[in-house]
Amino acid sequence: MAAPTAVEDALVIGAVTLGSRLIHGTGKFASNEVLRRCLDAARPDMITLAVRRMGLQGGASELDDLDLASFTLLPNTAGATTVEQAVRLARLGRAAGLSDLVKVEVIGDEETLLPDPGATLEATRQLVAEGFTVLPYSSDDVVQCIRLYEAGAAAVMPLAAPIGTTMGVLNPTNIQLIIKKLPCPVIVDAGLGVPSDAARCLEWGAAGVLVNTAIARAQDPPLMARAFAEAVAAGRRAFLAGRATISLAAVASSPSQGLPGPAPQT
Amino acid sequence: MSAAAGAGTLTVNGDVLPVAGTATIGELLARLEVRPERVVVELNGTIHRRGEGLDQPVQPGDVVEIVHFVGGG
Repeated sequence: MAAPTAVEDALVIGAVTLGSRLIHGTGKFASNEVLRRCLDAARPDMITLAVRRMGLQGGASELDDLDLASFTLLPNTAGATTVEQAVRLARLGRAAGLSDLVKVEVIGDEETLLPDPGATLEATRQLVAEGFTVLPYSSDDVVQCIRLYEAGAAAVMPLAAPIGTTMGVLNPTNIQLIIKKLPCPVIVDAGLGVPSDAARCLEWGAAGVLVNTAIARAQDPPLMARAFAEAVAAGRRAFLAGRATISLAAVASSPSQGLPGPAPQT
Repeated sequence: MSAAAGAGTLTVNGDVLPVAGTATIGELLARLEVRPERVVVELNGTIHRRGEGLDQPVQPGDVVEIVHFVGGG
């Protein structure tokens, strides 16, 4: 067996090291086969999952034929509307996945699915105290994201737009401020629509993005999965490269000296 | 199929089932044709890690939740 090699430009969250900065959702796919082809195309290291009751009639799990062991699993607390529900779902997810990672999601409004700031903060505090590596889903409010970091979040996940809307980044200023203010990784989650949305987040310095609906509901989901993976990689490289300074004045790219002399009169 | 909860029954994922000689969590999962390595069982509020707690006894009146991972974002 080859010695393990360091992952180039890895994203480290708690005890996990991710080579890919695209976190791949697993909901809303037309079939397990489509999801599997998307995962093959995007090659994410981390995937998100939800925890639900097993159906007692015909007991096959919908993810039965996926090799979950080949991914870092990020269970979410989707469905929770209270701190207590989120904590319980987190504990069940830990028991199922055998890791302490959790995406804390506490919905505060059933129509917009926007997160409840107070409950998200309290659930984060409680789960950090229980030893979880907590990645809270948040609105794009800068101060709320700071408070989540202060509460011990390992990474903070502000939304681009409401869940499943694919509207893209609605408040680029806030996302950039959150990235600038937080010492921990910022992973833009929810509402991304096209790969350029993801690339832009990475260019600003986001540590990663979480994408689900934009892939699952694309016309060709595996092709879109690959496009997102490429955009995330390109955006990250652009961030590392450092963009050129914006100038209000035009600056020629070609030399102003050495032009040939005037054309001879004929 | 739900019967009335009471003597001789378990509540499993909200359904009332007759105990019918089921003595342990492991036997309950076998009866429901659920693979233990794919699920987490919560027995009366106590969570057992995936594949564990199979020898825990169950008795009438117990509340059991059997959960697993599903697709999510």
